[in-house]
Formats: sequence, structure tokens, C-alpha cells
Amino acid sequence: MAIEAIKSLELSPRPPGRFGLAGPTLRRWAAAGLGMGIFLALWLVFALLKGNATLLPAPAEVVRGLVALGASGVLAADIFASLRRVFGGFFLAGLLAVPLGLGLAYFRRAGAVVLPVINLLRPIPPIAWIPLAILWFGLGEGSAFYITAVAAFFPIFLTTYDGGTQVDRQHIRAAASLGAGSGIILRSIYLPAAAPAVLTGLRIGLGQAWMAVVTAELIAAQSGLGFRIQLSRLNLETAEVIACMAVIGILGASMTGLLKLLEKRLLPWHHA
Amino acid sequence: MSRGAIELRDVNLTFGTGRNAVTALQNLSLSLRPGEFLSILGPSGCGKSSLISTIAGFQPPQAGELRVDGEPVRGPGSDRGVVFQQPALFPWKTVRENVEFGLKFRGVPKGERRQAVDDILHKVGLSEFARHYPGQLSGGMQQRVGLARVLVNRPRVMLMDEPFSALDAQTRLMMQELLLEVWAEYRMTVLFVTHDVDEAVYLGSRVAVLTRRPGRLKALFDVDLPRPRGVDVLVSPEFMKLKRNCLALVREETLGALGRDFKPVQAARVYREVFLAENADAAV
Repeated sequence: MAIEAIKSLELSPRPPGRFGLAGPTLRRWAAAGLGMGIFLALWLVFALLKGNATLLPAPAEVVRGLVALGASGVLAADIFASLRRVFGGFFLAGLLAVPLGLGLAYFRRAGAVVLPVINLLRPIPPIAWIPLAILWFGLGEGSAFYITAVAAFFPIFLTTYDGGTQVDRQHIRAAASLGAGSGIILRSIYLPAAAPAVLTGLRIGLGQAWMAVVTAELIAAQSGLGFRIQLSRLNLETAEVIACMAVIGILGASMTGLLKLLEKRLLPWHHA
Repeated sequence: MSRGAIELRDVNLTFGTGRNAVTALQNLSLSLRPGEFLSILGPSGCGKSSLISTIAGFQPPQAGELRVDGEPVRGPGSDRGVVFQQPALFPWKTVRENVEFGLKFRGVPKGERRQAVDDILHKVGLSEFARHYPGQLSGGMQQRVGLARVLVNRPRVMLMDEPFSALDAQTRLMMQELLLEVWAEYRMTVLFVTHDVDEAVYLGSRVAVLTRRPGRLKALFDVDLPRPRGVDVLVSPEFMKLKRNCLALVREETLGALGRDFKPVQAARVYREVFLAENADAAV
């Protein structure tokens, strides 16, 4: 039998699913720790050379500022306010951008009508929307949601649309010749094929929402990490400014990391 | 009952319109008997793949008749399985899910489905890989999944578009043997497109040679080699004779495509044209 010969030529199977993750993990963590250490050491050196806590506070002072903010309870409230805006805007954007992106990629003619408009709106930075947002929604949550949603919408839409247009035609043909109708092709071929692009778009969109929320809070809000930065700046509490910046950095990076984990869990084949 | 008879009469297939129109097939008439193994041989860009696309129902011909078992072809269907040059497996599905695809959407009950998939995976030697994703398999394994995915539907016709051309010589030879074993068991009609003369003669009961673009039938002859064919057939005098014959026909067409006073620059232009023609349907 030919099949016995073929099998003897091939490697025995590796276990299915995830593999190759355990080994380099420790080394990766060590490398990350080294980078952080160098960064903190440089910061400390410059702070000591400068010797002015208002211009550049040392890391320890920033930690003290962080603890002070945390102890008074404002930090938790600000984090909560910012998170709510990030997620609110992000979900609004995702709810609109994912179906729209996939739909326009699937129905090319509709795409030809809508895409030019989107390409025109895309280069406008979210911050430029702030005056209109304040006029339309006032100095409250509405404005912040709107700005974060605008920021998250475009990367989600464009990446999703791109993923939708790049579905392999051979896959669609293969499915059709295996007896699948158009409904099944849409659900079983088109959507899963576009899924990695959708998740990438969501990840980028979430990052953009974080950037935008701070901008929005600097101008159009009375709470949140951006608002706290602004307030601390006016009080010349530079340590608190940097503490809030650090919180934003850590939260943003953790969320991106969580989404990456989710991607690996949801799309094991994509990382195989 | 005759199953898997294919009838093409004066089929014309053109891609694009106006100045960019490329005629892939011109007045092509061809009949395949039920259960026969027909190899299609021709120079690059002669419309071999277009022939598969048409019969599969991906590209309706502009003119002519195309029938499978007397029924006009009206689109893709599971009665005509296609094995592509690139296996075109669904990367988000495991090997088992890939093979199960056709059965699942035709409403075959779960238990029956499972058994059928197990049997076919065993036949192509991939039982241990049922839970792997295509990206974790070698090219030869992937192509066997592609084969299993079609076989499990028990199609009347199997259309194969240079399925082994991307494999190394060793694996290709084994895959050819496997294909002959499977065909001997299932006896579906096979239309096997290739540019490899050895492969065409070794596998086929008949070999059809197409002309350069636009593709028409240049020659059609029987391969009277005994079956089952082992690899020793490949060095038999009968095989050599057939091969020489085919090589001459293909060479004639290829040289014709390159022009009489063959020059490298000209050749490059022709290759470009041929490339464009081959990919014309992708651009539309």
C-alpha cells in the first residue's frame, strides 16, 4: 500500500494544539526585566543629576505620589471613570465598525459608495472632534464616549474591511464544490477567515481608545486619569502627573496583552 | 447505471472583456466515459485550469454545452469534487473538521459522519493527525487532507488541478500511487490536469493534449498500460514510447507559443503574456 510508504517518509505527529510556548518564557521575562531595569536606572540618574523634583521627580517620588493618590481614593475613582469611557467608546466603535467593515467587504458595490467617505474622515485626529463633541454632548460622559469611539472606529473598521476583502477565493470555491450554499459560505468560510483581522483591529482600536480618552479628559471631563493629570499639573505635582501616566501605560499594555491572549485562545490555528 | 460521464461540446471560455479579453478555451469538445481516468496535458497557460473551473461550475462557459451525466452544469456541487493545486484547506478547521465539511452541510448524521471521516483518514494515513490544524502539516499531508475532503463526499467526478506539482519528487510518486489505489477502489471519473508528461501517462487511461492558448484539443490517445501500475511501469518500453509521443506534441505547442525564431527577449514577453493569461481570472 502506498500509504504505508508515505507514512514511513513522514515524521510522527506532534501533539495537536498549542506547543513551543514553555521554553523561552523565562528568557523573555528576564529580557523584559532587564529592559525595565535599564529604563528605571537611567530615569534615576537623570533625576539625581537634575535635582529638581518639579522638573523630573525620581521613581521613588512617583511611587510616593501614586500611593498618596491611591490612599485618598481618587486614583481608583479616576481609573474607573477612564476605564468606563475607554470600554464604552470601544464597544460602540466595535459594534459599528466590525459589521460595517465585513459588510462593505462582502458587498463590494456598497463599499465603493461608503469607503471614500470613510477615507476622508479617517485623517481627522480625534482631538479635532472635541469642539463638536462638546457642542453636541456637553462637557460630560457623552463627549468622552464620542471621542474614544471615533478614535477606535477607524482602525477597527479598516483592519476588518481589509481582512474581509482578503478572504481566499480558493476557500470559497472549495466550500462551494463541497456542497456549501452561500449562507454557509458566509458563516463558515467568510467570517472565520476574517476573524484574525477583526481581532487585530479590535486590539489596535483599544489602544487608540486609550490614547483618546486621556485627550478627551484633559479638556472635556471632570474626572478620569486625564483630568487628574491636568489637575496635578496645575498644582505643580509632577510626581502625581507621572504616576497617572504610569497607570495609563500599565493599564493599556495589560489590556493589549489580554487581547493577545484571547486571540491565541480563540484562534489557535492562527498561531499554530 | 452510468455515473460520472462528462460531455463538453464546442465550449468557449473567455476571461475579461474588450481589449483585455483572454480566450482560455475555444470550441473544445471532449467526452469522459464514466469512471475513466483522463489526464489533460498541455503547455503553461493553455487553459488546463480553466477547464477544471468550468466543469466544477466556478466559471460558466460563454458558449457551448457542458453536461455531467446528461445534466447541464449550473454551478458548483459536491458531485464534482475539486482537488486544487494549493490544497485550499480551511486553516481555522482541524483536519477532521476539514474532511467533515461536505458531509456536515449535507445533513449526514453525526455518528455516520464520524465513521466516514475516520475511514477516509485511515485510508490517507492521517488518523493520528485528525486534531491537527492544516498549518501543522507538511505539503504532502495537506494535499492528502484535500483528497480526503473530496473523497468522503463520494463524488461522481473528481477534478484535479495539478495537485502534486508543489510536492517533492519522492512524495509526488507516492501520492500518485495512492491516487491510483483510491481510484481503483472508488471508480469515480477523474480529470487530472498536469504539465508533467510522466505523470499524465503513468496515471491516465487516456491522455488529452491541449493546444497552446486558446485551448483546443490537439490529440487524444489511449494509454494501454496494464493496471495495477507499479513504479516499474515508468521504465517499460511501452511507457517510453507513449512519453516520447506526448513530449513531441507538448514541445510543438510550447515552441509554437514561443514563436518560430525564438529569442530570449521575445520569450520573456510571451512568458509574461502566458502568466497574465493564467492569472486573468484572478484579476477579474
